[in-house]
Amino acid sequence: MNLIVNAASGPVPAYAYTGGKPLDPTLPCVVFCHGALHDHSVWTLLARWCAHHGHGVLAIDLPGHGRSPGPMPDSVEASADWLLALLAAAGVRSQATLVGHSMGSLIALEAAARAPDLVQRLVMVGTAYPMKVSQALLDTARDAPLKAIDMVNAFSISTLAAKPSFPGPGMWLHGSNRALMRRVLAGPNAKGCAINLFHHDFSVCDRYANAFAAAAQVRCPVTMVLGAQDQMTPPRSTREIAAALKASIVTLNSGHSLPAEDPEGLLQALAQALG
Amino acid sequence: MPGYSDPGFDTLALHAGAVPDPATGARAVPIHLSTSFVFQSSEHAASLFNMERSGHVYSRISNPTNAVLEERIAALEGGAGAIATASGQAALHLAIATIAGTGHHIVASSALYGGSHNLLHYTLRRFGIETTFVQPGDIDAWRAAIRPETRLLFGETLGNPGLEVLDIPTVSAVAHDAGLPLLVDSTFTPPWLLKPLDHGADLVMHSATKFLSGHGTVVGGLLVDGGVFDWDAAHQRSGRFAELAEPYEGFHGMVFTEESTVGAFLLRARREGLRDFGACMSPHSAWLILQGIETLPLRMARHIENSRKVVGFLAAHPMVARVGYPELESHPSHALAKVLLPRGAGAVFSFDLKGSRAQGVAFIDALKIFSHLANVGDCRSLVIHPASTTHFRMDDAALARAGISAGTIRLSIGLEDADDLIDDLKRALKAAEKSA
Repeated sequence: MNLIVNAASGPVPAYAYTGGKPLDPTLPCVVFCHGALHDHSVWTLLARWCAHHGHGVLAIDLPGHGRSPGPMPDSVEASADWLLALLAAAGVRSQATLVGHSMGSLIALEAAARAPDLVQRLVMVGTAYPMKVSQALLDTARDAPLKAIDMVNAFSISTLAAKPSFPGPGMWLHGSNRALMRRVLAGPNAKGCAINLFHHDFSVCDRYANAFAAAAQVRCPVTMVLGAQDQMTPPRSTREIAAALKASIVTLNSGHSLPAEDPEGLLQALAQALG
Repeated sequence: MPGYSDPGFDTLALHAGAVPDPATGARAVPIHLSTSFVFQSSEHAASLFNMERSGHVYSRISNPTNAVLEERIAALEGGAGAIATASGQAALHLAIATIAGTGHHIVASSALYGGSHNLLHYTLRRFGIETTFVQPGDIDAWRAAIRPETRLLFGETLGNPGLEVLDIPTVSAVAHDAGLPLLVDSTFTPPWLLKPLDHGADLVMHSATKFLSGHGTVVGGLLVDGGVFDWDAAHQRSGRFAELAEPYEGFHGMVFTEESTVGAFLLRARREGLRDFGACMSPHSAWLILQGIETLPLRMARHIENSRKVVGFLAAHPMVARVGYPELESHPSHALAKVLLPRGAGAVFSFDLKGSRAQGVAFIDALKIFSHLANVGDCRSLVIHPASTTHFRMDDAALARAGISAGTIRLSIGLEDADDLIDDLKRALKAAEKSA
């Protein structure tokens, strides 16, 4: 669905996938927030399941990503404000479950801290704090973003055969993730970043320093779904923030690309979190 | 895995899409000869049908063995995913039927496999899809042939049988300027030789019957999507591709471009094309093709080595008027082949005998190692006379446009000892000379 979001900069268009059914804002809403250089389509299986199991669904395209015009906010905090403005625009007033992957998990955390009355649950997928990005990768994202995509792609997927593949049989995860990142990077909405959207997203992750303060404001149950083989956000790098959030932890045999690599395991974890 | 980069081609040829079977530990890919797959519960069944979960339901739509093959060819081509089909012709039909219907139009190279020409020129016309054929090297003709109703540009990497090298970067730029995708038939150039997606093609198809299988035992096709063509943007620009960018009542009102940014084409092709047209691949065929792909790098290196030796022999023979191989400076695509095909220009080529048509027949009848049949890309060497077989439906004018004469002989060079192939050709050329 297309929305007009009252962002800090004024009204801006935005897109959210609703799971194959029109959004009913009176239902408990599950909000999916993607990671760097991704879009809503990393969530479509989970989003469809939620939409057909009693939930409203908003799988957003962050500003500058996919179908939402840019520019992408320059911080996790500003992105969280945009996300909450989007929920208001969609008419979601209560009982929201925020699900975020990687960069999106930090945005979801910050949004949960800023709107504790709105957010009923928080699910952080493939997360870490601090989410530092090596200078070498930042430099490569700046100077040779296609090469950086290949590096991140190789780091993010732990297997040559994630069965039965995402979103369906016959998809090659390495190729589809690379194609998605290239599409988002080259998309018409990605223009306007000082360097490029890839460097911008990684810089947003790298600079975020408010997680513990945010955790102190979070009042809802928190679930972390981590990949045992994750080399982008290794499980060990979640210990302190998980303790601060008193998070339940589910560890799947997956790399960083959990929504694509193990959508079934993620569905089970999400279904448990949703009760 | 994971590492600093994806594995190399030879590793992917053996491993992409497959791990030891979790149920049995089988190291080789099992053949899942099962029409259907048991649901865990009614709820699980419903969620599979509604695309809330990924999984296999019925082998016309997907199958675990086929899925390994699909992932493997996608990995080797640098694509986002793939669909295995009953034949190469089925792959071409599936590609077209997914984005074109009555009133639509295709621009295609005139140097096509005879079967593809038949489909486009005769059969699809009966279903309301017209094709304009252009010389593959005439870029202005590609551009001029595009109409508002055009949905696809289509060519072969190496035109059949003249081996005109398709200028993929330029033709794809023409397509993209018009908001159209380029489909490339790469049957003659498996990805060890050429990856069309790297050069701008959007879709790639193979007759896997040929080099990918490599053993002349199985018929099958593969359709690969690079995942990069923006169907939604093209739809917004021109109204084309509503099949992907508008709700489809035939499958849950799904908008495929919303459902998968990079897999929209394959989703519709599978969920409509395989479901309704039903030209699926047998899991046993998929397994046989996988056996071939595992040794593809080794076989292609030998195919190329042997081809170069045979080409060298024929080019120097007094009974041979012309050898049409792009690695020869005399070939019109020589310069382009050096850019797009640095590992070799394939193992299928044609040559013209000096002398009469009867001498050509004598030549073919005298061969002992080369088999006279209608196929290419076998591990065994093959020979055929296009004007009387693969292109027999074409009139003389159409043949000429495709670069074929009545005396053209096409060879597919196999993996035998090159010296034996040359001896066989030498004997047959002598027989042709004597029959004058």
